[in-house]
Amino acid sequence: MARRQRRNRPAAPSRRPDPPEQGGGAAPSRIPETLEGSVVFRVPFPESLDDLKGMTPIVVKWPYQIDYIHSFGQDSPFFAGLANGRLLGTRCPSCDYTYATPRLACMDCGAPTDWVELPKVGRVHTFTTCYFGSEAFLSECPFNLILVEFDGVDTLFLARLVGVAGNEIRVGMAVQARFVRNAKFKPTDVYFVPRDRP
Amino acid sequence: MALRGMRPVYVVSGGVSKFVKARPDRTFQPIVKEALDYALEDLGLEPGRARELIDGSVASYFSDHFMRQLMAGIMVQDYLGLCPKPSHRVEGGGATGGLGFQEGWKSVASGLMDVCLVFGWETMSHVQTWKGNEFIALASDVSFDYPVGGFYSGYYAMMVVRHMHEFGTTVEQMAHVSVKNHTNALHNPYAQKRLKLTLRDVRESPMVAYPLTRHDICVMSDGAACALLASEEGLLAIEKATGRTVPRVVVTGIGRGTDAMRMSDRPQRDVILLPHEKASDYKGLRYPGVHSFRAGRMATKQAYQMAGLGDPVKDLSFVELHDAYTSSEIQTYEDMGLCRYGEGGPFAASGKTFMPGIDYGLKLQKQGTIPVNPSGGLIACGHPVGATGLMQAVFALWQLQGTIARHFKDPALQVKSARRGAIHSHAGTGTYVTVSILERQS
Repeated sequence: MARRQRRNRPAAPSRRPDPPEQGGGAAPSRIPETLEGSVVFRVPFPESLDDLKGMTPIVVKWPYQIDYIHSFGQDSPFFAGLANGRLLGTRCPSCDYTYATPRLACMDCGAPTDWVELPKVGRVHTFTTCYFGSEAFLSECPFNLILVEFDGVDTLFLARLVGVAGNEIRVGMAVQARFVRNAKFKPTDVYFVPRDRP
Repeated sequence: MALRGMRPVYVVSGGVSKFVKARPDRTFQPIVKEALDYALEDLGLEPGRARELIDGSVASYFSDHFMRQLMAGIMVQDYLGLCPKPSHRVEGGGATGGLGFQEGWKSVASGLMDVCLVFGWETMSHVQTWKGNEFIALASDVSFDYPVGGFYSGYYAMMVVRHMHEFGTTVEQMAHVSVKNHTNALHNPYAQKRLKLTLRDVRESPMVAYPLTRHDICVMSDGAACALLASEEGLLAIEKATGRTVPRVVVTGIGRGTDAMRMSDRPQRDVILLPHEKASDYKGLRYPGVHSFRAGRMATKQAYQMAGLGDPVKDLSFVELHDAYTSSEIQTYEDMGLCRYGEGGPFAASGKTFMPGIDYGLKLQKQGTIPVNPSGGLIACGHPVGATGLMQAVFALWQLQGTIARHFKDPALQVKSARRGAIHSHAGTGTYVTVSILERQS
């Protein structure tokens, strides 16, 4: 084993001087040294390679940012509806099952569904208040999430409930839809408030 | 779901890395190797011979986002020295480990392989906790759910608020689960969060999403686990190589279920019944709604039927289930038929799912009827997603071998005369769920 390792070890690099500059625009043979991307300039290194397994891990920061080009596809009319103050769901013409969050194919019978307008008033089916959250929403904490149930509609709708403290929310509470004036083309373009609010 | 033409599959050995908040000392591949090395050493199988006997593998990990590395599965296969043998990656959210285990089962049961290694891991420390929550929340519909306030603890909180409304479940009953699992983990050296808590400690820890506090929720983790599965032929070959007899632990049932990605889309209909239940048990209950996991019920029904189980409380010695939240442990008691729908809260507080002989500092009516998460579960062990379902398989194997004392250096969590156990792995808000039944043959 030891012998094989010796055989595989690469030959020690010879200290050859840099090749002389060539005329005629030949490619440079050295990567230019810049400060761009440098984060640390010296790391400790032990005398003996035997000590390397005890080395403290090097931990670096890798940024990652990306813009997605997301299409709402067949669900686009829902977002167009919100931008126009209309809350849309879908209904199956074959079995009459009605979806609060639109689906363009019926979960039960597979038939294509039709767009329908949902009531703007409903009830809290369940709720929570988030005191922590994902990084994207941390600045908005605490916020209330509810699932809304509508009369005559079989499924529920996830939304924010505003204008009420977390400890005042109850299952069954009547709520009313409101729309943001400047649509962001997000499901939060509609939100709910307690129904008795002015 | 019969086993027509399928061969018996044995769980031969397993290993788990110590679950911790962060493992900057290693990249993911050597963390998986720690689990494999342990499994082979425990078996007494020489590492080189093992690589001859293993026919292929299944790689189980959840998120490409946590490491910003695609094709990480092959990097583990490669590091473990298993190339050019066959392998594939399995992903299904939180149920990734359970799905991976069942894919390994299929590889052996079908006759494709005699020895199959299932390895899983997650290294979640590569991003900060709040960014990690964001990545996990991307496992919700990014058009309709995520932008409203994508946060899994928020989703689970809404589900349990409805459970409380339907059935009268209380936060104190939920806190019982937290006390149980954290206390159990005091005897499990692999666990990340080993704490002696009171009900009050649980309720007074910071509120994350009402009614769930920090101690109601599992933590992110870096960790790996692996399970070695074999056919009768594979087992005999391993025994020949080691000169030792391997205890016969066989997989007698597997089941899987699914549900709609958006929990708002879940129907409200009749309960899917388990072999020991009657329709009259659930008159008037609208099911699953958002209070119950239809996928868990479907997976349970298939697994129990395949394994020939009746009442699971009588027929199982223990359960390791996916308690990402104390609330989901209670909901899963019901899905798995340990109690009826609606009885999960009182069942949690009754003590029946606690380990016998351990002092939890609680007044329990009846302790240790059917221990659930004797290991401490996800809440205390941590939840390195792709490893979690396999960790359950390994802990279940050690229970059935009767070797918990050796592996945990502590006998307290050994379920006496454990004969049959269930493992349960769960994704999303209940979108993919797997249940597998493991049984010791005498």
